[in-house]
Amino acid sequence: MATKQGAALDRKKLLGDPIMITTIVLLITFLTLFILYPLAVLLVDSVVGDGGVGFGVFKRIFKIPTFTKAITNTLKIGFTVGVFATAVGLLFAYVEEYVKLNGFVGGLFKVVSMLPVVSPPFVLSLSMIMLFGKAGILTRYVLGIYDNSVYGFWGIVIVQSLTFFPVCYMMFKGLLRNIDPSLEEAARDMGASRFKVFSSVTLPLLLPGIGNAFLVTFIESIADFANPMIIGGSYDTLATTIYLQITGNYDKAGASAMAVVLLSITLLMFIVQKFYLERKSTATLTGKASRVRMLIEDRSVKIPLTLFCATVALFVIIMYICVPVGALFPTWGYKFFPLTGKWFGQVFSKYKGLKVFKDSFILSFISSPITALLSMIISYLVVKRKFKSKGFIEAVSMLAMAVPGTVLGVGYIRGFSNGIFGSGILQGIYGTGIVLVIVFVVRSLPTGTRSGISALRQIDKSIEESAYDMGANSFQVFSTVTLPLIKDSFLSGLVTSFVRSITAISAIILLVTPQFLLITVQINEFAEKGAYSLACAFASILILITYAAVLLMNIGMRRFGVSKISEK
Amino acid sequence: MDKVKKGVRLDRISKIYKDPKTGKDFYAVKDTSLTIEPGSFVTLLGPSGCGKTTTLRMIAGFESPDAGEIYLGNEAINELTPNKRDTAMVFQSYALLPHLNIFDNVSYGLKLRKVPKDEIKERVTKILSLVELSGMESRMTNQLSGGQQQRVALARALVIEPSVLLFDEPLSNLDAKLRVQMRTEIRRIQQEVGITAIYVTHDQSEAMAISDKIIIMNKGVVAQIGSPYDIYYHPVNEFVADFIGEANFLRGKVVYSNEKQITAHIEGTDVILPNEKGLNAGDSCTIVLRPEAAILKESGGLKCRVVLSCFMGSYQNYHVMVGDTLVKLEEHNPKNKHIFKVGETCCLVFDPDSVHVL
Repeated sequence: MATKQGAALDRKKLLGDPIMITTIVLLITFLTLFILYPLAVLLVDSVVGDGGVGFGVFKRIFKIPTFTKAITNTLKIGFTVGVFATAVGLLFAYVEEYVKLNGFVGGLFKVVSMLPVVSPPFVLSLSMIMLFGKAGILTRYVLGIYDNSVYGFWGIVIVQSLTFFPVCYMMFKGLLRNIDPSLEEAARDMGASRFKVFSSVTLPLLLPGIGNAFLVTFIESIADFANPMIIGGSYDTLATTIYLQITGNYDKAGASAMAVVLLSITLLMFIVQKFYLERKSTATLTGKASRVRMLIEDRSVKIPLTLFCATVALFVIIMYICVPVGALFPTWGYKFFPLTGKWFGQVFSKYKGLKVFKDSFILSFISSPITALLSMIISYLVVKRKFKSKGFIEAVSMLAMAVPGTVLGVGYIRGFSNGIFGSGILQGIYGTGIVLVIVFVVRSLPTGTRSGISALRQIDKSIEESAYDMGANSFQVFSTVTLPLIKDSFLSGLVTSFVRSITAISAIILLVTPQFLLITVQINEFAEKGAYSLACAFASILILITYAAVLLMNIGMRRFGVSKISEK
Repeated sequence: MDKVKKGVRLDRISKIYKDPKTGKDFYAVKDTSLTIEPGSFVTLLGPSGCGKTTTLRMIAGFESPDAGEIYLGNEAINELTPNKRDTAMVFQSYALLPHLNIFDNVSYGLKLRKVPKDEIKERVTKILSLVELSGMESRMTNQLSGGQQQRVALARALVIEPSVLLFDEPLSNLDAKLRVQMRTEIRRIQQEVGITAIYVTHDQSEAMAISDKIIIMNKGVVAQIGSPYDIYYHPVNEFVADFIGEANFLRGKVVYSNEKQITAHIEGTDVILPNEKGLNAGDSCTIVLRPEAAILKESGGLKCRVVLSCFMGSYQNYHVMVGDTLVKLEEHNPKNKHIFKVGETCCLVFDPDSVHVL
């Protein structure tokens, strides 16, 4: 058939471009080796793990009561958190987009939307324990309740909901912005009450978006390791069970099979979200707002909504403040004054604080430019070029989003501790900083790629084509046109991946060797031991570092960002 | 530019795409052969989806033909990537590099070719004066108007002295007045430089105004190739007649024919017309009647009834019914002429030489 010539020519043109070919080959190797292979190993492991091919391992783990319990626990938590986080996120977004806010509440909203970016994953668990636990300030000293337990289902649910709702809030904000106000005005004009407008116009338009937000939160929740670890108590989730199976019971085959179960759940959710809801949620809202929305000034609507959101926001902020303050009290729960710097002192004098921060900082610092560059290259290839294996590259780098850190961690242990397929190849990287850097890169790649793709989609394809047409080769096009045009996205990818890496724990905790002391692992250890003041001291410094990084990024963006084009 | 001028030849080119909805393959361009003479200004004209842009992009190298071969001069260029082809394209959206100023935009291609600095400066200055943008070197692209941006795009394409200039609907983002001004500019510059130019547009008046030759495309195939005059007065089919200018079609039957003339029976009246197509008695025929080629009179010609009569300034616009056929007319310079009113019956009169028989 005639089509063959076109495809053959495209292939020939591609082959005539050594830089492109090398890049593509390297990318595919990287993605296969460090994302697909570890997952494949888990599958193989769980099928042949106990000797003999079959579902023996699965049969075995499904007989472990703690495991089956963990599945129901995880699903219960995921569902509840999904509902809460989506509802609160939607409310926040609605209030911000529809209600006239005063400056103070608006400021609170901004802080809340920023917090999850800079915060390590378990900060809220720490402060939850410190505020509401047995020796919690609020429970014991304000309310006089002794023996209050925050550990367990509700503890995890509250903490995760508060951690994940800002993400939903930002998603809904984007969606609500794209609803043309004239649709709602038309309904109002025809006599619908404000509530009727919301329930009959706004809500149906948002429905796919709500499903989308729910599933995203669901995935995040069941993949979360740090919070259940700290505040779960004896309430085990899949992520913590897998961790214990491998670190406590040394049952690697069992852990692999459990990881496969967890992965199947997240993957299923991810596929539904990606291929069904995400497409639908943007398809219904393609219209651009034709004019500015009339904000609600009606006090009977405004006051309760604002009050609720402000309370939630303040609560979250207090929980964050709790962390540095907690590190300043001499003994949390018993002695509050005078404030002391001794815990911060001990971090450095007794607990090798300097090495901890140096290790974490250096590893994250190495991985972030790699991640940023890699995700920009992937986005460029996906959005701007056409070649056969493009679908593979896009799919695998997005797939990484659905892989819980714990699963990846187990995969790396099984996949690399004896080299590839036990052959000894690449065994050398196991237990070194290299593997940690790779995990950091893999964990941050999806977010970076997603932001890169959306940034590149904004850029008219013909701009790159024009450079290509003028005689630039692929590398020249990428470096002189693409990268300068998306440097904002690049810069934010740089910082996001740095922050994500330095606050990461789930995969890393399984792979870190004693030669590296990482902050998050330290915080986790101290929190496990009940040394909350020390955990807080570490966490405070960590928040400071991440906040400084974000600040630096914002300054950088202002200096080198979009402004350059318009300034001359 | 003392380069040897090169033409472009397409030898039985096809391009197949998959319809994203049905998943079926279809021909975007089908078995198309063209010869574009060196130094000529040729326009690919057609409605959207006719394959004109695909053809242009295949010449530039962005798309690969599924069959056939493209020649630049005598060289087959199928396997060359866009950056290796001696063509330069002016894009619909200008596609200027937004992070570079005008000078850097125009010199982009020269820098890639490692032209010495002094020479770059000289050539950029020269080309900017050709497109009348001297002194704008240090401006950023977003500080220019649409027309100026298009001139920069043109300068950027010209400065690398390509063998062929490609235009992809370059004026469609400009307002009507500027469009007319810029097309004259483009024609002037092309003539001055003497470069081969291939121009894609769906605007027929633009095509008429600038082209040596127009290639009309429809559904992936070439419908007609010819000078603007040829195509206007001798369209090969109804599609071409309708697409270029306004056309009315009157159906009739040939009742008598000889080598030079036919007598056609149209809406109850016999009309004598030139026999260009060698029609025989008994054939059916279609007459292409341009709105300016006929006038309304009290008597003679075809009987008709006025259904719209509208004063447009430079002409009087009529819609009349000739039998069941609606005919649109423009009577120019209507001052002091008799104006027919809606509902009046009158006669449609035209000169047999000013119509075309299909």
